[in-house]
Order: sequence, then C-alpha cells, then structure tokens
Amino acid sequence: MVKRYAATCTHVGNQNIMAEGFKTADPLEYHKSFLKENCRPDGRELDEFRTTTLNIGPISTAEGSALVKIGNTTVMCGIKAELAVPPSDALDKGYIVPNVDMPPLCASKVRSGPPEEQAQAASQFIADIIETSEIIRKEDLCIEKEKLCWVLYCDMMCLDYDGNLLDTCIVALLAALKNTQLPKVTINKETDLPEVDLLKKCPINVNRHPVGSSFAVFDNTITIVDPTADEESLATAVMTLVVDEEGRLCSLHKPGGTALSGEKLQDCMGRAVTRHREISKLVDKILDSIKK
Amino acid sequence: MDLSVHGVSPATREFGCEQNLLSRPDGSASFIQGNTSVLAGVYGPAEVKVSKEIYDRATLEVVMQPKIGLPGVRERAREQCVRETCEAALLSTLHPRSSLTLILQEVHDDGSACCLNAACMALMDAGLPMSCLFCGITCVINTDGQIITDPTLQQEKESRALMTFAIDSTEKRVLMSSTKGSISIQELQEAIALSQKASHRIFEFYRGSVSRRYSKTLK
Repeated sequence: MVKRYAATCTHVGNQNIMAEGFKTADPLEYHKSFLKENCRPDGRELDEFRTTTLNIGPISTAEGSALVKIGNTTVMCGIKAELAVPPSDALDKGYIVPNVDMPPLCASKVRSGPPEEQAQAASQFIADIIETSEIIRKEDLCIEKEKLCWVLYCDMMCLDYDGNLLDTCIVALLAALKNTQLPKVTINKETDLPEVDLLKKCPINVNRHPVGSSFAVFDNTITIVDPTADEESLATAVMTLVVDEEGRLCSLHKPGGTALSGEKLQDCMGRAVTRHREISKLVDKILDSIKK
Repeated sequence: MDLSVHGVSPATREFGCEQNLLSRPDGSASFIQGNTSVLAGVYGPAEVKVSKEIYDRATLEVVMQPKIGLPGVRERAREQCVRETCEAALLSTLHPRSSLTLILQEVHDDGSACCLNAACMALMDAGLPMSCLFCGITCVINTDGQIITDPTLQQEKESRALMTFAIDSTEKRVLMSSTKGSISIQELQEAIALSQKASHRIFEFYRGSVSRRYSKTLK
C-alpha cells in the first residue's frame, strides 16, 4: 500500500500528507511497514533509545529534584523530607513514600479526577523497586532509634506522556535522590525535641543504582526498545527490566500480553545492562558538572 | 544446578474449585490453594459506556477487592496484570463494543496468586471464548537459594525474591511475569522452567473439575 501511494505522488509534500493519512487510517500497517525495514517511524533503530536529557536540581524549595526527558516523555521528580516517629515494627528504619502522578496535562486520554490506573500501577512498581533494589537503605533514614526518623516523599509528576513512563520515572528518582541534601538533626537532651540545623547539609547515601529499560513486542517476533505512546498502544506486549550495577535483575515487569521466549529475554537483558551503563555515565557527568 | 528442576516435581498445595456458585454473575468461580481463597465473578458481554467502548473488541475491566479496607495502589497494579493476561487469552474481537467485567474478591490470603486461577475458571464458567487457558504460579527464592513454588505467606515474607508467572495452556509460554527482589537471569530461567512444570498439575485439575461438573448433564 505504501509503494502504491509513493508511485502516484510526484511531490514530496504530497507524500508527507499521504503518509499522515495512512498513519491515521491504519496505524498498525503504517508501523509494520517501517518494522519490516528494521527501523521505526521516527528514524530510530529497533534497539535505540531516544535522546535522554537530565536536569538536576531545578526545584530549589525541594530537598532534591530532577527533570528527565526521554524523547518527549518528561517526568519531574521532587523529594521532600519530613520528620516522623519510626514505624513500630521497624524501630530503626525511616520511610520512603513514592507517588507517580499523571495530571490531565500530560496526555489527552487523562481526565481530571481520581488517578489513572497507569499512574497507580506505576506508583506500586516504583515502591517495589525502592524496596527490592535497596536504592536507599531505610536504616540510613533513622536519626535516633525509636524516636525520630526521616520520611522522604518522592513525587514524580509526568508533564508530557509519549510512552515509556516507567524508565523515565526510575531515572528521575535516581537523579533526584543523588541530588538530595538532608539537614543535620540533633535531639535536644533536655527538651527531647528535634533541632534542625539548616546550614549543615549532607547528601544521603544512594546504595544502589537501578535503571530500567522498557521493551515492546509486536506479534511475538519483533522486539523494540523504548516505545513511544503510539507504539505502546499497538504492541501486543510491553515489558520493563530493571537492572542494578551488578547486572542482577531487580524486577521483570511484564503485565500480560503475548509470550516471550528465553532467547529474546537474554537479548533484552543484555540491552538493559548496556542502558544501565549509559544512564550511570550521564547521571555522574551531570552531577560532576554541578559540583564545579 | 538446582535439584528442584530436574526429576523432582515442584510441590504445590492442595487445590479446590467450585464453579457457578453465585446466581447473579454470568460466570463465577471460587478457587482455593492451601489456605488462600479467592472468589471471582464475571459479567458479560454486556452494554458498554460510550467513553470506554472499543470499536473492534470487548472492553475488559478488572476490579479487585481486598479482604479488609478499600482497594489501594497495590490492587490497581494487580488489576493491570490480571487484565492484560486475560486480554491475551480472551478472543475479545468476537464481542466488539461490549464490556466484560471481572470482579475478584480476596477471601483469605495465605500467599500465592490464585486470583489468576479463579479468574480463568470464572471466564470458563461464563462461556466466554478464549484462545487458551491460563494459570498463575508464584515462586520464591529463599535465603538458601532454593526455589519453592506455591509458597505460604510466611515463606513469602522470609524469601529473598518473589516471582509470579501466568502460563498459558497450549504452549506453556509465560504470558505475564512480575518479579520482586534481586535475582540473576539463571535463577529466573530456572523459576520459569519450574513454573511450567507446576502448571501441568493445575491444567489437569481444570480439566478434571470441568469434566466432573458437566458429566451429570452429559449423562
């Protein structure tokens, strides 16, 4: 169908209009015609991620913040710290509370009102990642056992949704945590009240660096990396792999869809490990440039 | 290599199932694994709201109710997993512009995700056309490095990693997978192999329970 249209159009401008029309009329065939040539509508290779840009510390009123863009998908993460009493079943641990929000701003499918299912599932996913990868050890958040601990509220707000929300949230969270500075807190022995010294700040210890890679599968045959919103809606299955710096799998999240074979999984794992290196280098580079 | 993969079949707890126990839903099933029990009800194909309708397929909605309290973020994440798995198995293109609602009520939680099994039996009971059946298997890796299938809640809490897979009946492929905890790729492959073995028992059980149910009417 693409060839027939191309043959009848003489002007390049006409061809672009025809391509747009084809994309609206039959999006699946449009995407398949690119995948057959081993590339994608935006010109990427099948295993190429979109350009990732990172801005660390844009919010000065938050303890830590980061703005991450993977292609058009934009997520802003802000970390706020509050004081609280440690939980009764873990007296030497603090709290980390993640929340992913997709306001109606980010996509036309999102309406105002109760949060989207995708946002809630993403919040649960990030909470699981924080717990299993031990990105921050909760013991490090305890100021004094049984009396005082930090609560870190990690709010990730998606400003522009163009697919691959989970990877962007994980990078934003990691970058914001590396940027977080907590003031020194001591407990006054006489009054038993906490005293916060806002002038003395020290960064929190980021234990591990998990990085996610999302894949979309078309008809069990073609696997693409970093799907856009159009590709996600047409894919038969979506999968996210989160690896840490030792190459261990922190999470394999594949919520249904068509099956994936063992070899494909190995390939995806390899790609995820490479992506981890790319992102670690990027975050370190940006952090170094801030210090200078 | 872990002995639990070669020769020794993976241990699962006793299961039980009852279909068509509720009068209002089009299909219902109760699935019991050890002490874990889930009740599932299916309504459909029924009228769909114009805002939710899809022109060429049925719209599947999954609602999970925990035993105590209101559904929260954890239930939403599970609903997403169950919904995507069911959509892969159901032939939803046979019912365009219709809605299918699957409600899962947790009756008791003692580990393991038997909500997928209850969902499959309820969809079967409702007579909805499916391309394959599916079952849910949970595996844990405990601190010794041993892989245990169908753990109790206590075993889940003490484990190093928790993995849930949905396996299809025709080719025993992994439809859904959700892992929690740090694992290596070899451990993941072993756990998948073990789950595929365990799924045989569950599919035989489905077959047995459905043939027992219809044997009276066929006679």
